[in-house]
Amino acid sequence: MTLLQVAKLGKSYDSQTQVLKDVSFTVEAGEFVSVIGPSGAGKSTLLRCINRMVEINHGKILFDERDVGSLKKKDLRKLRTDIGMVFQHYNLVPRLTVIENVLHGRFGYKNTVQGVLGRFTEEEKEQAFYLLDKLGIAEHAYKRCDQLSGGQQQRVGICRALIQDPKLILCDEPIASLDPNSSTVIMDHLQSITKELGITCIVNLHQVEVAQSYSDRIIGLRKGEVVFDGRSALLLEEQINHIYGTKQRELITV
Amino acid sequence: MKEKTIRKSRWMTTIAFIIIIGVTYFSAVITDFNFIEGALTFPAAISWIASNLWITAETWERLPAILTKLNETIFMSIAATTLAAVISLFLGLMGSQTTKVNNIFSVIARFIASFSRNIPVVAWSLILLISFGQNSLTGFLALFVGTLGFLTRAFIETIDEAGHSAVEALQATGATYSHIVSKAVLPQSLPQMLSWILFMIETNIRSATLVGILTGTGIGYTFDMYYKSLNYNAVALVTFTIVITVIIIELISNRIRKVIL
Amino acid sequence: MEAFREKIPLEQLYIKRAKNGKINIKSGNKIDLVTKWTIAVLTLLTVLAFFFFDYTGLSLERAIPETWHNLKTMFLEPSLSHFSWGEAMYQIGVTVGLGVLATVIGAVIALFLSFMAAENLSKPWVSKTVRMVMAFIRAVPTVLWVLIFAIAAGLGSEAAVLGMLFHSIAYLVKAFSEAFEEVDNGILEAMRATGSNWWHIVTHGVLPSTFTYLLSWTFLRFEINFGVAVAMGAAAGAGGIGFELFMASGFYFDLREVGFITYAILIIAIVLEMASTRLKNRYFPASVRN
Repeated sequence: MTLLQVAKLGKSYDSQTQVLKDVSFTVEAGEFVSVIGPSGAGKSTLLRCINRMVEINHGKILFDERDVGSLKKKDLRKLRTDIGMVFQHYNLVPRLTVIENVLHGRFGYKNTVQGVLGRFTEEEKEQAFYLLDKLGIAEHAYKRCDQLSGGQQQRVGICRALIQDPKLILCDEPIASLDPNSSTVIMDHLQSITKELGITCIVNLHQVEVAQSYSDRIIGLRKGEVVFDGRSALLLEEQINHIYGTKQRELITV
Repeated sequence: MKEKTIRKSRWMTTIAFIIIIGVTYFSAVITDFNFIEGALTFPAAISWIASNLWITAETWERLPAILTKLNETIFMSIAATTLAAVISLFLGLMGSQTTKVNNIFSVIARFIASFSRNIPVVAWSLILLISFGQNSLTGFLALFVGTLGFLTRAFIETIDEAGHSAVEALQATGATYSHIVSKAVLPQSLPQMLSWILFMIETNIRSATLVGILTGTGIGYTFDMYYKSLNYNAVALVTFTIVITVIIIELISNRIRKVIL
Repeated sequence: MEAFREKIPLEQLYIKRAKNGKINIKSGNKIDLVTKWTIAVLTLLTVLAFFFFDYTGLSLERAIPETWHNLKTMFLEPSLSHFSWGEAMYQIGVTVGLGVLATVIGAVIALFLSFMAAENLSKPWVSKTVRMVMAFIRAVPTVLWVLIFAIAAGLGSEAAVLGMLFHSIAYLVKAFSEAFEEVDNGILEAMRATGSNWWHIVTHGVLPSTFTYLLSWTFLRFEINFGVAVAMGAAAGAGGIGFELFMASGFYFDLREVGFITYAILIIAIVLEMASTRLKNRYFPASVRN
């Protein structure tokens, strides 16, 4: 089943630079897709177009049979509750507890009054604890987020995305600020989310090796255009050089 | 290259000094300020203070009356600060880059803040005095307007500093604007905002004395009365009570700040 | 260990429940508690305040529309009637001049005192004493300093400047000494190791690395002192535009002139604010506390 369909997507922030040009691809439900490319290739913008955190200029995005670009306010909220997002800098509220930050993922299901008063049901709280335990950080539930290490904070971020009960999770450079050990932990968790829970993942990465070892499929972006789209095994030295440009590639491996 | 920049910065320093000296000299001329006289005045004034500003036994009898006025001033400062903080919170949310609803409101909020902050409290008191008359509300309103401008600017900075990242994350979960403000922006910025509010209460107690002299209310009026009737012992007592109050409030706020920040 | 954990339900391990059986999501720490109490107490005091106020001669139905009308007259029809443009410029000059004098003299004195207040350049007891004296000075409102000096020295720019000096010094000593304390201890240590004496360390190690910082703080204080000078003119008869404002509103009841003077003050204040905002952004990356 096709979950996401991106067709001829174009985006520019100003009249001079086109960040995305004619980007087209489809993602099947249950796939684990990595988007790779040098910085400035438009990876972040691409992800943010999918849940319309940035407005779409040209083309069309169909998510779960909904036309993302034309959704009105209420339906846009509904769309966003179906799509979880994980960020490079975790984007938690540092002064709040871990459990509070996880429960923030439920706001999409709340009306204004429920949300402002912080009315969460017992089931939601139990679910939050269940998820924290799954990711191995339940013991920190009552700590403030700024007391946690980067890897732990990212796991809180993943819990916040999971508690939304999403069909798709977008990960924007989830391991770019982490050390190698924490990176492995996070990538393993993301992989098991797709394998065990059947939630589709689209992950922006700049480490080619990580993308190759974890994903079913890789999309290569260069200067806002898709220059590679295929199974990970098909991504060879030649394609990598094409994505990054030969010189840059050398810089990355050295 | 490096030598050149050093020479350039030394050159700039010299020019800066010459300008400062020039401006200072010109200021002394225009204000008719005499440095030597000023320097001589200082020891004379200190010895006058030492010999005249003493709290005598009979002045203590005036303490209850003074304390009532001081009370009024403290309450006036707190009420003005707290109420201004509530309005400033809205203006701050409108004015901040992270939480603004749209650009028009943002500009309006910043304009109100700049306008009420840059007109001195003195001017506000004099303007309000004309129609509100000689009572607590005049002083309260004057402090309120000045505080509003200051706190709005401080809150805008605080919210901006708390950052856009959590706001973005909550938007992505489908949270509404009020969810984001109440559950991400406020919890993160509240301690810093409280610290500003406490700072403003301290400042306002001092300003309240000034406003009181102009509007004839609170401890400022009491001070002015004794001052004009040349009752310097009472002047000393009034000053003493103000000093104690300000220091106590400063100590309490420092305590609170230490915990929450 | 892992197998053992499997058997204990998550419940007993980590979840905290309130008395009514609901799961807690707040950690219930001291910070939340103090924050809540501070807000509660401030709210309570604010409500109480309105009972303590003295409402003599107040009629809101009259005062509010009247103030509105006055504000409209002031800001929409500003004009001068009791003095000329030239006179106005001169009075503004006097106010700015008072601000400059209080700032420059204050900065010079503060510089010396802040060497004594900085913990890394001074003895602990000296630094403590200076700080305590400064705290006392700051607790006395500037207007009281000016008025007290006015009795002793006679009304004039000397009393005004001397009175304004106190707070300028207290403010700058705090700012300067904190700047000195941030100087890398390694530099001081290295200089001490070469046998430099205290004066060498100050003039060659501390001052060059903090100089722009000190100048910026001094300018920030000047911005404040302009406002103070206006206030002293109005409340302590120190002259300048503040005094004219006082005369126009309290003596002639000339709203148009009040409007003109307010505009003049506003313009200068905004120019100063813009300059100091640029300074702050350039030299102080984090937010600056007053």
